[in-house]
Amino acid sequence: MMSTDINESILSETVKRDMEKARTSHMEYLEDMEVLSDSNIMEQVLSAIKNYDYNQYTEKDVRHALDKESRGQDEFAALLSPAADAFLEEMAEKATLETRKHFGNSVYLFTPLYISNYCENYCVYCGFNCHNKIKRARLDMEGIEREMAAIAKTGLEEILLLTGESRKMSDISYIGEACKIARKYFKMTGLEVYPMNSDEYAYLHQCGADYVTVFQETYNPDKYETLHLSGHKRIFPYRFYAQERALRGGMRGVAFAALLGLDDFRKDAFATGMHAYLLQRKYPHAEISFSCPRLRPIVNNDKINPMNVHERQLLQVMTAYRLFMPFAGMTISTRERAGFRDHVIGMAATKISAGVSTGIGSHAEDENRGDDQFEIADGRDVNQVIAAIRERGLQPVMNDYVFV
Amino acid sequence: MKKDDKLIIGGHEFTSRFILGSGKYNLRLIKAAVENAGAQIITLALRRANTESEENILDFIPENVTLLPNTSGARNAEEAVRIANLAREVGCGDFIKIEIIHDSKYLLPDNHETVKATEILAKQGFIVMPYMYPDLNTARELVSAGAASVMPLAAPIGSNKGLATKEFIKILIEEIDLPIIVDAGIGRPSQACEVMEMGAAAVMANTAIATAKDIPLMAEAFGKAIEAGRTAYLAGLGRVRDAASASSPLTGFLQ
Repeated sequence: MMSTDINESILSETVKRDMEKARTSHMEYLEDMEVLSDSNIMEQVLSAIKNYDYNQYTEKDVRHALDKESRGQDEFAALLSPAADAFLEEMAEKATLETRKHFGNSVYLFTPLYISNYCENYCVYCGFNCHNKIKRARLDMEGIEREMAAIAKTGLEEILLLTGESRKMSDISYIGEACKIARKYFKMTGLEVYPMNSDEYAYLHQCGADYVTVFQETYNPDKYETLHLSGHKRIFPYRFYAQERALRGGMRGVAFAALLGLDDFRKDAFATGMHAYLLQRKYPHAEISFSCPRLRPIVNNDKINPMNVHERQLLQVMTAYRLFMPFAGMTISTRERAGFRDHVIGMAATKISAGVSTGIGSHAEDENRGDDQFEIADGRDVNQVIAAIRERGLQPVMNDYVFV
Repeated sequence: MKKDDKLIIGGHEFTSRFILGSGKYNLRLIKAAVENAGAQIITLALRRANTESEENILDFIPENVTLLPNTSGARNAEEAVRIANLAREVGCGDFIKIEIIHDSKYLLPDNHETVKATEILAKQGFIVMPYMYPDLNTARELVSAGAASVMPLAAPIGSNKGLATKEFIKILIEEIDLPIIVDAGIGRPSQACEVMEMGAAAVMANTAIATAKDIPLMAEAFGKAIEAGRTAYLAGLGRVRDAASASSPLTGFLQ
């Protein structure tokens, strides 16, 4: 049974009122949205989480999962169960070994660059949502170049370009031009923008982008429906198949995440893992990565919090991902405090952001031209993060990539 | 070790039969590990050297060591050829280890694409060292394509599982005239020793050393094990000859 309880901290008076209004179907594609009629990965994932009853797993199941050399769906399910909480120390230990085996002591650095915060979606928990009254901005090409030059000066060689989800204010050609500038300053460019069709991904790949990150937010379609009241993003299946379209467009890698705290985090983490697992089986060359965001306070609602997903639960999710897919990359967000981030690198996480601002235009200028998407918890600059990585006996790596 | 026992790859001579990987090293330990293990060839992922940062891996490799850039990141022959040429452009020399991987989970090499890339790069004058799944037919094709050595995997890369493909590597050693360099999966010095006793020309190791508690010490252990295995192989050959030249008690009665 899927939960329909809402994380109360999200519900401002405006949101409560807007939730009363009539809404369109969230499972029907809009015009111009590409349908992958030959793929049934969404059905497989939805069926897997529907049947996932984490309370049925016992300590014996967890023990079995930990002792296995390679872990499948059932072991992953056990590691995400409440019974596994008692084994967290051992999970961390085994995850550390796997991370070391597959990534050595390397920790990759990057920073996100928000180039526009205009959005046409109404996601009730997000600072960028189109009904939230915030300062909006969109960088022009000179602004983007200024920001990139400032970031490149810090020594970073990987960048993740982000926009709010507005096709009108940040269309494909705008993002493409940004990718072309990014190629001048960085070795690797990733995208975290609105989902698009595979031919559009192919175009952006040509412009220099090679990785696509799309957060499904929650894999519970009923909950998804209540949280994404309008806009393109409301269409659950179109978002779900974004990674597959990106791979068909020629992207090298794709990243997955559920925003923990929106719904039952165990089910959402299970679905995230299964989504990545099934896609990797279908596209064995695809590089796979996880992000592990938790809900954070936003402009005009500082009460938002991830409810029952405390650091302990977050670490359980991260180590479970690592033990299930030991070869997958994992990014640790600035949503988490420095002390947490410094300990999970080398244990489960392989990539860490540094010098982060989630506002618009603040790398080259002192002040944001557009407001932030969410509050960050780790504001350290690149040098401070490098020092922290070394402090843990790990090696900061700026780039491990060549665009071919 | 015999003084005249040399590893010859593409006309270049080496006295060490230990090839050190570089993917999982702490940069500051590379120098120490190369020195402790006596390695004369060190592999280098071009994608990792493709950096402007202060800690470019290229700066940590001693001058007397031969660089063996690899094409990791390539998913097909075309990409491998492009990466090999990039490596040449940035001054990595003519050696190239072909790594073509179309599988992000096990990182198993794609033999078919590897043969294609070998043919193209050999024609371009590279000294081509292809990483491959130990299949005799592919190895023969690699020879025809102009490879300078053949690098079969012992087990999935990074797995430390040892000689999972032992029987097939044996066949390659018997049938292929190029140096057979065992690459990937070797987890312990004893396994490196064993494969050298079998007649492998050299061993490449990375994860087993990179994940050891004391990297320089483990590098040293690998260096010694490989040397011991090679010596045993040479000594073993001697014994075989001795036996053949001894009197023949079973057939001595023949007139």
